[in-house]
Amino acid sequence: MNATAQYNFAYLDEQTKRMIRRAILKAIAIPGYQVPFSSREMPMPYGWGTGGVQVTASIIGPDDVLKVIDQGADDTTNAVSIRAFFAKVAQVATTTHTGEATIIQTRHRIPERALGPGQTLVYQVPIPEPLRFLEPRETETRKMHALEEYGLMHVKLYEDIARHGRIATTYAYPVKVEGRYVMDPSPTPKFDNPKMHMSEALQLFGAGREHRIYAVPPHTEVVSLDFEDHPFAIQHFEEPCALCGAEQVYLDEVILDDAGGHMYVCSDTDNCETRRAAGHVGALGVREAAE
Amino acid sequence: MTTEPLLRVENLTKYYGSRLGCADVSFELWPGEVLAIVGESGSGKTTLLNSLSATLEPSSGRTLYRMRNEQWRNIYELSEAERRFLVRTDWGFVHQNPADGLRMTVSAGANVGERLMAVGDRHYGHIRDTALDWLGRVEIAADRIDDQPRSFSGGMRQRLQIARNLVTGPRLVFMDEPTGGLDVSVQARLLDLLRGLVGELGLAAVVVTHDLAVARLLSHRMMVMKDGRVIEAGLTDRVLDDPREPYTQLLVSSILQV
Amino acid sequence: MTALSVRNLAKTFTMHLRDGVILPVVENVNFEVQPGECVVLGGPSGAGKSSILKMVYGNYGVDAGTIVMRHHGEAVDLATADPRTVLTLRRDSIGYVSQFLRTVPRVSALEVVAEPLVIRGVDREQAQARAKELLARLNLPERLWSLPPATFSGGEQQRVNIARGFITDHPVLLLDEPTASLDATNRAVVVAMIAEKKAAGVALLGIFHDEDVRVQVADRVVDVTAFAPKVAA
Repeated sequence: MNATAQYNFAYLDEQTKRMIRRAILKAIAIPGYQVPFSSREMPMPYGWGTGGVQVTASIIGPDDVLKVIDQGADDTTNAVSIRAFFAKVAQVATTTHTGEATIIQTRHRIPERALGPGQTLVYQVPIPEPLRFLEPRETETRKMHALEEYGLMHVKLYEDIARHGRIATTYAYPVKVEGRYVMDPSPTPKFDNPKMHMSEALQLFGAGREHRIYAVPPHTEVVSLDFEDHPFAIQHFEEPCALCGAEQVYLDEVILDDAGGHMYVCSDTDNCETRRAAGHVGALGVREAAE
Repeated sequence: MTTEPLLRVENLTKYYGSRLGCADVSFELWPGEVLAIVGESGSGKTTLLNSLSATLEPSSGRTLYRMRNEQWRNIYELSEAERRFLVRTDWGFVHQNPADGLRMTVSAGANVGERLMAVGDRHYGHIRDTALDWLGRVEIAADRIDDQPRSFSGGMRQRLQIARNLVTGPRLVFMDEPTGGLDVSVQARLLDLLRGLVGELGLAAVVVTHDLAVARLLSHRMMVMKDGRVIEAGLTDRVLDDPREPYTQLLVSSILQV
Repeated sequence: MTALSVRNLAKTFTMHLRDGVILPVVENVNFEVQPGECVVLGGPSGAGKSSILKMVYGNYGVDAGTIVMRHHGEAVDLATADPRTVLTLRRDSIGYVSQFLRTVPRVSALEVVAEPLVIRGVDREQAQARAKELLARLNLPERLWSLPPATFSGGEQQRVNIARGFITDHPVLLLDEPTASLDATNRAVVVAMIAEKKAAGVALLGIFHDEDVRVQVADRVVDVTAFAPKVAA
């Protein structure tokens, strides 16, 4: 542990953590509003979740239990690295079980299991500005937020319908928070949008490269934008998880061979494993067990 | 017939540092009235237009506008939110270069629909029907509704810009050389279209142009500017047929006859 | 009650592009037109007949004098009226058949003729129906009605112009050589239309070079040479 002794607890120095906590508090006070903060260089490249890592580093304490997921999985490189990072620099306990975690840092998913009070979900955000797609000027987008000029957001959805006959945006689907700020929920599938609404957990969003932090406090209204005649709808999967048989969960397609064989499995690995441990078996799970 | 003007301009002056943009301009504009501002490059007509449309803040003077609630407001004292709302609902601004007034990377339909969405229209079908109706009115074929203006000709882009501006039923439209970069035959079509729409909708408009033929065709009244000042003003046909000022006579006599 | 009263009217042109040379046109112009009367301005070319007509229509400014007519029940001096008043005068009280038609690209002959009524709020269909009657009466071939008059012959354009001027019930109507390029048949139609306007109590002021027409329509001739400016000493 001598190698890490030179680092402060959770890597960031206390001044920086204080600065980030102030930004987080402000973000919680103004749900959905993007608070600028002075993003630090982290020992990992941009795009690996430097924003989320800084937020986690600023809120984590020695008693916290950390879970890190990437696309729903605890065992991908990004998730493993970040989990190992905090185990090293903060000596915190880590877990893969959603229910046991006090802090969950995530890239691209919200766990299937409903989060409870006392839990905090930290999102890694690449592009925090939902209006950026159509308005490149930051000065202008800030003004638009300030004046609640959100017509442009619907222009994007209009284009979707005009081009595809329906709202084809499937991830980073814009939401309105507490009836005021339009927010990018980070590139989570729109399947997860309803989970943000009135969640009992605190949701924090960190964009390292873009120097922005925003938040959705517990019990906050989060509404996905839509048209009256093209209402918001989540993705629907035809078949249940091939391994655990779960329905109404988000599934990943897994290619099995070069002959077009594939299966759909839970994107949330913890949810899948927990279900299988409880005896749920999916179509392909049965065959495996039979071998 | 309304008994009150829509716009009341009082002693508008704009300096850029020590250099004069426009000086001491006063006039009233009534509903349904089209005012042309003519003059050569550097005469101050664009400065005046930008001041009138609250794009520029003048050095002194006021521009009073009769809001939809009948209240008179000095447009330079509106809050940013009020001003922007006014600009996207009750006003229109047609730029010489359509790319300045359009979103080039979204479809024609969305370009027209944006102002509707900005004021809260949340019904896709209605927005699309309205966009189709307006494309028809500016003579753009319905099957181009999902094309981006990047694929449009100059004349089509300009007509699209006009539709985008008029969809919310503004009462006042500013136009900066609306036929500027267009071929003559395309100009004629656009002028005729504008003339028809302005008459039909009872719009008030301020049109900046250096083209006296455009002024004659579109405007009821005109102001001639030189070196930042209005040197002659009046009924369009009187100013053009019986110009008094040396500069106006020069302008009128410089028109090429065909 | 006088429909149009012109008093002490004077007009000069200052040609700034020709070293400020001053061209006197007319001075001390005095005449009146009563309702139901057709007054013809007489005199040789260059005497200022057209200029007087243009001043009465507000197309030329005046240097001195008054041009008073009834407008919305009140006497209005057009010589000093603001542009907005002149525009409403033209819309409601004074019509003008100019010598040449100013064509607008792409606007059909029918619309050109119907426009003065449409501007006054008459329903478009109704205005066009009236326009058709007039064009038919003036023997403009029906195939031309839907075309813009830019490519028409002089006589055809003239008839469009006349129809446009005669379509309203303005109490004052100015006519600048309306029959100049018409054949005998159509001249007769115009003469009859003028007679009808007179019968309807319209005050007409016109310029007619055609002796024959002038004799038929004129109640009085005002000799414009009487208004020639005294040469400055």
